[in-house]
Amino acid sequence: MPANFAPTAIDYLRILPEILMIITGTLIMVLEPLIGGNKRNAFSSVTLVGFIAALVAAVAANDYPGLSFSNMLIVDGFATYFRVLVIGVGIFTVLSSAQYLRREHAASAEYYALLLFSVAGQCVMATANELIMIFIGLEISSIATYILAGYLRDDKRNNEAALKYFLLGSFATAFLLYGIAWIYGTTGSTNLGEIRSFLMNGGGARNLTLAGTAAALMFVGFAFKVSAAPFQIWAPDVYQGAPAPVTLFMSAGPKAAAFAVFMRVFIVAFGPITNRWEPFVWSSALLTMVIGNFAALLQTNIKRLMAYSSIAHAGYVMVAIAAHNQVGVAAAMFYLAAYAFMNIGAFAVITHFSRQGEKYVNVEDLAGLGWKQPVTAALFSIFLLSLIGVPLTGGFFGKFYIFKAALDANLVWLSILGLLNSAVAAYYYLRILVVMYMHEPGESTLTLEPLSPGIRTTLWAAALGTLILGIFPSLLLNFAANSSSLGK
Amino acid sequence: MTLLDLVIFLPLAAFLLILFLPKEHVDGIRRFSLVASLAIFVASLGLIGPYWFGNPGKYVFETDLPWVNSPAIRYHVAIDGISLWLVLLTTLLTPLCVLVSWKSVQKRVKEFFAFLLLLEFGLIGVFCAFDLFLFFVFWEVSLVPMYFLIGVWGHERRIYAAVKFFVYTMAGSMLMLVGITYLYNQAGTFDYAKIMAGLQNGSIAPTYQEQLWLFLAFFIAFAIKVPLFPLHTWLPDAHVEAPTAGSVMLASVMLKMGTYGLLRFCVPMFPVAARNCSGWIVTLAIIGIIYGALVAMVQPNMKKLVAYSSVSHLGFVVLGIFSFTQQGFDGAVYQMLNHGVSTGALFIMVGFLYDRRHSLEIDAYGGVATPLPKLATVFMITMLASIGLPMLNNFVGEFLVLQGTALVNFWWASFAAIGVILSACYMLWLYQRVFFGKASAEVSLLKDLDLREYAISVPLIILMVWMGTFTQSFIPSISTSTAVILGPVDAKRDVHVHNALPASLHAQQSALAKEPVDAR
Repeated sequence: MPANFAPTAIDYLRILPEILMIITGTLIMVLEPLIGGNKRNAFSSVTLVGFIAALVAAVAANDYPGLSFSNMLIVDGFATYFRVLVIGVGIFTVLSSAQYLRREHAASAEYYALLLFSVAGQCVMATANELIMIFIGLEISSIATYILAGYLRDDKRNNEAALKYFLLGSFATAFLLYGIAWIYGTTGSTNLGEIRSFLMNGGGARNLTLAGTAAALMFVGFAFKVSAAPFQIWAPDVYQGAPAPVTLFMSAGPKAAAFAVFMRVFIVAFGPITNRWEPFVWSSALLTMVIGNFAALLQTNIKRLMAYSSIAHAGYVMVAIAAHNQVGVAAAMFYLAAYAFMNIGAFAVITHFSRQGEKYVNVEDLAGLGWKQPVTAALFSIFLLSLIGVPLTGGFFGKFYIFKAALDANLVWLSILGLLNSAVAAYYYLRILVVMYMHEPGESTLTLEPLSPGIRTTLWAAALGTLILGIFPSLLLNFAANSSSLGK
Repeated sequence: MTLLDLVIFLPLAAFLLILFLPKEHVDGIRRFSLVASLAIFVASLGLIGPYWFGNPGKYVFETDLPWVNSPAIRYHVAIDGISLWLVLLTTLLTPLCVLVSWKSVQKRVKEFFAFLLLLEFGLIGVFCAFDLFLFFVFWEVSLVPMYFLIGVWGHERRIYAAVKFFVYTMAGSMLMLVGITYLYNQAGTFDYAKIMAGLQNGSIAPTYQEQLWLFLAFFIAFAIKVPLFPLHTWLPDAHVEAPTAGSVMLASVMLKMGTYGLLRFCVPMFPVAARNCSGWIVTLAIIGIIYGALVAMVQPNMKKLVAYSSVSHLGFVVLGIFSFTQQGFDGAVYQMLNHGVSTGALFIMVGFLYDRRHSLEIDAYGGVATPLPKLATVFMITMLASIGLPMLNNFVGEFLVLQGTALVNFWWASFAAIGVILSACYMLWLYQRVFFGKASAEVSLLKDLDLREYAISVPLIILMVWMGTFTQSFIPSISTSTAVILGPVDAKRDVHVHNALPASLHAQQSALAKEPVDAR
């Protein structure tokens, strides 16, 4: 069938969010030399406008669902959900970054441009309907993120983080690409739907084995991006080394997008060979939860602790994927939104607290925050309780839906072990609460300046989001459940 | 909206209001908390109405609204004769705890009272929730304020105790969550009444293996909370380190969440598994009774002594529940209330001593009766109640439990009775060492109870006497509801029992017990 290379207007509408973000990013880069040094704060406002326009476009595009650009992209509820999610993460990142960059004397256009490109890449991932597009989206997003991780280029830890992330990331992407090559060689297609129908029709035991191997290779790539064990080694170093607002971004945005393609590829394309990939997703999920939670127990640096926590949470989402049913997909979607809220909130507090040169990033430094800045500490407590999974927070419902999906799929032991893991997790989150409320304030706390407007907005919005998802989960869950069929 | 909804949500409203009060106005915050908690108590008194003056059905003050549509989680609350008294116990003790903390809490006053009211919200909710998921939500919600009460306002090792308390309970809760979710996947509902009906008419039919696992998932969560030997180790730490109000709420109300859960969910939902496990559970309960009492005897610290006595007393409650008799159930519920009143009072009075002398060590006292005759008197009554002196409350509960147990297995009752004797030993010895003898110089300077402290002690003393003498005020409503729970449990024993109606209750019981039930 000859492809139609003349895109229609609707095609452009469907990809409008990405277009808007790329244009804004390019514009900022071009404008920077023309604008005087003292006006550079305006970049964050321009970026915000770009993100908000993209957000509106993403929501509007949802009214025109369907395939575009010769079936390379798909706009459906699932794609819209993740586009809105990653653009939202972008907005919060901008809000939390302004003060940090000023403090480090590093406010410049490329930071915001890279952020826009990275989110645009994630949006491509969310809408991609075929493996090449997925790869392109992943690369756009990753390369921008590699640079962001090393953004403060005079800082040794930043350099280390960027280098590690880049080297290991490239290696993992190579595995992904190799997997794509295998699957193309086996099925003759890179389109997810066509791969699915090929595998549905059997194609002989040899082809199924080849497809299974391809799935394993692609799993390596995705597992790296979502920091699932045993490919999680990079995460603690990179999260710790990268600038705090970038860590905020990395732990929510790229991760959500990576999970989106993970689910689309494994549930849609590899749906017919579930029995081949379920065991290794299952064991990886368990390993990820255990490694994340137990390693976090020993951490003293709060960024590193949150990195391990982020690994553990990736494990919970993997449980939902291992369940490989529609409930599981909806649960994973809900969880990633709840996780984005609580994690952004937590990292916004860390960004606020760290001060110049990230001087105060140890758990002990937070001593007495509860009495010095009660509101900040109270909001932080909401995020931490949500990370623990205490009811009336989004984190609890997310976890509950995930383990419900797992029980639906008869993964009883995985559920029990996963939930017991979250009791272990309670310990290290509680330690932060203990320090904030039960220790006397020290120098780090007493010298704390008031919240910047951007971080204040982020904190309140994230707390509100966490609580709304915890008290009225139906608002989001219905949408997630309706778009979780993935058009199979 | 019923009166019960009001009683559930008033504490939450009061909690939110306190957050907006300026933190400098500590007196205003104290007064507000007192007025709010008293108002909640008065409102909750209205819940007795149907039981004393009307003819209640199975559940009263029922509200059933959808909360989350998929999975179907409902805000389904109601009370029966068991919930009623536990709710009242909570609403009574909260204002008393506000008064207890009036002077002893001096730092971070606003947050303290805010958490106390949030705790009340969670606790009331636990006893009224008739949707398993809602129950779990309240169960966890009550955990957070207690964690802060212990961790911020406690004694030296408060942080260790608070974290241990939280993680222990959390581990149990997670197992319960698996159980609840598994049950939902079989039943398609979280609604307690529907699940009970489904289990009885066979539309929900887990295999025996599944029942056993589900029973254990719930049982471990509740056993940690009770706490049942050998899962009790968090309790002495939490009790000793908590501030007085925290110890009181913990001992009097929070421990009952565990026994309430056993009685409401564990036993009636999985009666066959419960019966098959009852042998070793009863054994653990009896070990707890004797072990708790023996360890209490050698404690040099007053709070620790009372804490271990709780392990012992709660063993009686578990014993009563797993005797599967009407008397055992009634006694267990009555004993939950008794323990709430008398152990709460003991913690309060130990708190009075601590406020004066700033020590919990028994050695620091001696001859307290000379300078503090009033405290010596109220302490004496409370102590006698705790021992189980006739005419005071604990006697009734312990007697009913022992009677119910003896009907099933006489040896169980005999071993458990050792606990009663031991309780007299450690309590009288404590009293002797603290109140009698020659008062040291420091002790003789201490002041006796003031008006505030009287206002706290007297209602509890009145209740001890009331509950020990006019049991008719309480037992009929309890029996009506425990009979409803016992019905399906007994049906599984191939003893034919009709779904109990209050009128036929006594006839049925005496048929069961083959002897007149004159204890009530």
